[in-house]
Amino acid sequence: MADLNINDVSMSFVDRSGKALLALDRISLAIEHSEFVCLIGHSGCGKSTLLNIVAGLLRPTSGAIRCAGAVVTGPGPERAMVFQSHALLPWMTCVENVHLAVKQAFRGAPRSELMDRAEQALKLVHLEHAIGKYPFEISGGMKQRVGIARAFAVQPKVLLLDEPFGALDALTRSSLQDELVRIVETTKTTVVMVTHDIDEAIFLSDRIVALSNGPAARIGRIWKVETPRPRDRLKLTSDFEVIKYRKEILEFLYKKAPFPQLAS
Amino acid sequence: MLHRLRQPWVASLAIFVGFICIWAWLTTTPSGPVNAADAEYARLAGQSAAGQQASAIPSPRAVALRGYELIAHALDDDNPNNLGIAWHLVYSMGRVALGFTLALAVAVPLGFILGLWPACYQALDPFIQVLRPVSPLAWMPLALYTFRDSTISTIFIIFICAVWPMLISTATGTASVRAEWLNVSRVFGVPRLEHVTRVVFPASVPMILSGMRISIGIAWFVIVAAEMVGAQSGIGYFIWNEWNNLQIASMIVAIVLVGGIGLALDVILKRIGEGLSFRE
Ligand SMILES: Nc1ncnc2c1ncn2[C@@H]1O[C@H](COP(=O)(O)OP(=O)(O)O)[C@@H](O)[C@H]1O
Ligand SMILES: [Mg+2]
Repeated sequence: MADLNINDVSMSFVDRSGKALLALDRISLAIEHSEFVCLIGHSGCGKSTLLNIVAGLLRPTSGAIRCAGAVVTGPGPERAMVFQSHALLPWMTCVENVHLAVKQAFRGAPRSELMDRAEQALKLVHLEHAIGKYPFEISGGMKQRVGIARAFAVQPKVLLLDEPFGALDALTRSSLQDELVRIVETTKTTVVMVTHDIDEAIFLSDRIVALSNGPAARIGRIWKVETPRPRDRLKLTSDFEVIKYRKEILEFLYKKAPFPQLAS
Repeated sequence: MLHRLRQPWVASLAIFVGFICIWAWLTTTPSGPVNAADAEYARLAGQSAAGQQASAIPSPRAVALRGYELIAHALDDDNPNNLGIAWHLVYSMGRVALGFTLALAVAVPLGFILGLWPACYQALDPFIQVLRPVSPLAWMPLALYTFRDSTISTIFIIFICAVWPMLISTATGTASVRAEWLNVSRVFGVPRLEHVTRVVFPASVPMILSGMRISIGIAWFVIVAAEMVGAQSGIGYFIWNEWNNLQIASMIVAIVLVGGIGLALDVILKRIGEGLSFRE
């Protein structure tokens, strides 16, 4: 059975003038256990909206989300999220930030065990030296690592990431991608990630789901990335299959779902 | 050498020296025959020897001497009618401290409630909007009538003027916690009480502190006027009393002291704010 079922989900927002804007139009997608899915699409097409619906932060106008068979009615410990803007609480140290999440997921466990889990999670992303530091004392890449550690620390079934590396430079981004792949492979976590970086999507995904341009975005096309793992970043750049995926995705984004101003 | 001159404090010092020089010049040069209005004024003010003085405004030297005298006798308390200036300042600061603390104790919890429950905010907002623009001194007669005690009335006035900025900034700070931090609480299932104490409160601390800073400034502003109207001690009373005695030099010394203490209060609260606010 699929880990995550997105079933006929539509979402409309009511804007200030009271007009309804249909952002997502009947999206359906089944995501298998330990599958890595990337959502790709133009800015404003509704990727974050879809991810927030899966997280339980937004209620869809119609349709439903099922996670491991149970209908999602709000956020839950089996779904963790890595936010685009790292979203660390600046008044807590790194380990306190992770601890805050761990404490809720393993309620009732002794304090020493919770602390231990929080520290282990930071070690997992190679941040043992930053345990007692405050977010303002560490770099952007390290902050995002803490965000990833916090999400994995609660041992979620499904991990949701909303453009987690968007604000990072290319080198930092690659090392964080490697880190993510390593942890996902050992924990067998199911992943849904939003990205606007085609190479990132190809490097990480088992499947790439492209949304058509909004409003009323639908699933435009799905690619199954068959490139075997472990994937080598360098070899990937000249891999025939990968070049084909990249070309098709680019064609989809710029021809099938062009920017509104390009279409006219 | 020249680049030294460009430093702002050099310019400030130059302006200060220039100001003192012009002041000294204006107050020491004999202005010829006293004009009619001045003579009239001197008579009204009960000063018979007006003709001997170049000006009613004392010279910087006279003010400095008076300042020295006041400070030398700052701690006098043997004669209750002739209290040292330090005691007046202590009275004023004590009233401000009490009124401000009361305001803080009311404004922060109430602001928190208003920020957390928008319905409460909307219900109380009309009252806040109407009461906030009222000059605190407008409450004075009512306060004197109600409390029948000038000290309690001044403290009440300070409370009234200090409560609004802290109330509004606490409510705003609590209500406008960044969406990403609220989402952290929701995604990881932080329970309500822990969410309020460990997310909402720390997030609103900078706003609360800036409200406190505005409030203490206004309170120090208002205490002088409040004491002029309704007190028998304090720096406001002192200034008014010296005015009645036509001790203009004393008034000027007191004004400088009021300014200095106001500045010190602001700097202290700013430091506290920097110490307690989170960094990003
Ligand atoms: N809370 C909201 N209220 C009204 N409109 C919204 C809201 N959130 C998103 N939208 C609209 O929905 C569309 C999709 O937004 P979003 O999911 O953030 O796009 P993406 O993440 O793909 O860039 C946009 O047109 C946006 O303006
Ligand atoms: Mg987005």
